[in-house]
Amino acid sequence: MSTSSNIGAKRLVVGAHYGLADWLAQRFTAVVMACYSVVLLGVFFWMHDFTYDGWAGLFAMQWLKVSTFVVLLSLFYHVWVGMRDIWMDYVKPASLRMVFQSVTIVWLLGCAGYALQILWSV
Amino acid sequence: MSDLTSNDRKIYRNIGIADLGHYRLPLAGIVSILHRISGLGMFLFLPFLLYLFKKSLTSEVSFKVFQSFTSHWYVKVILLGLIWAFLHHLFAGVRHLFMDAHHLLEKESGRHSAAAALCLPIVIALIAGAKLFGAF
Repeated sequence: MSTSSNIGAKRLVVGAHYGLADWLAQRFTAVVMACYSVVLLGVFFWMHDFTYDGWAGLFAMQWLKVSTFVVLLSLFYHVWVGMRDIWMDYVKPASLRMVFQSVTIVWLLGCAGYALQILWSV
Repeated sequence: MSDLTSNDRKIYRNIGIADLGHYRLPLAGIVSILHRISGLGMFLFLPFLLYLFKKSLTSEVSFKVFQSFTSHWYVKVILLGLIWAFLHHLFAGVRHLFMDAHHLLEKESGRHSAAAALCLPIVIALIAGAKLFGAF
């Protein structure tokens, strides 16, 4: 028996950031993505050029390139929180859950690298 | 003193796979599970979407490849599914944010907003689908 009353099974699960930061980040990134979607749709239809030049011209603009990348990073963080929720709810064996969560991280980091390459090749 | 791991606490299980057939979900529950399913679907198709994004941007030639690839009917079906998933996730998410701010929490308003979050994405997706398959 430990001398401390606040570790292991006796740990008091109150008062700290138990998921609050992720919960808030999930909301914040969602708002960022929703705003971006509206802006991108607006810019796309306002430019009224649905050819390759029009489309590539949009993402050649530095502000849209950077904001697209920021939104994609927000997306990956958002997806991480959401997918971790799904794995925590439905995959009960801890070892299997860790595999799923690890694959999710690798999957998203891969997507982030791919997105970076795509955006800065225009 | 309460112990977090005491064994005599009653365990409440979630519904299991076998219950799914005869378990009647309320409207808000349907919106909620579809929020999850749409999110999972978009997660799985993320590389596919990035691939399309790359093809559409890289060059005039790859843009042509993008156009011919997305003209296949099965690619259009996948895209329509993803359009619906995006719209449903967006609308259900906005509903979530309202509820976080303590709106739409009554039984009636919750049901109405659930119906809206369920139907509006389907209607918009149908219009987008009609455009995608060349109805107008």
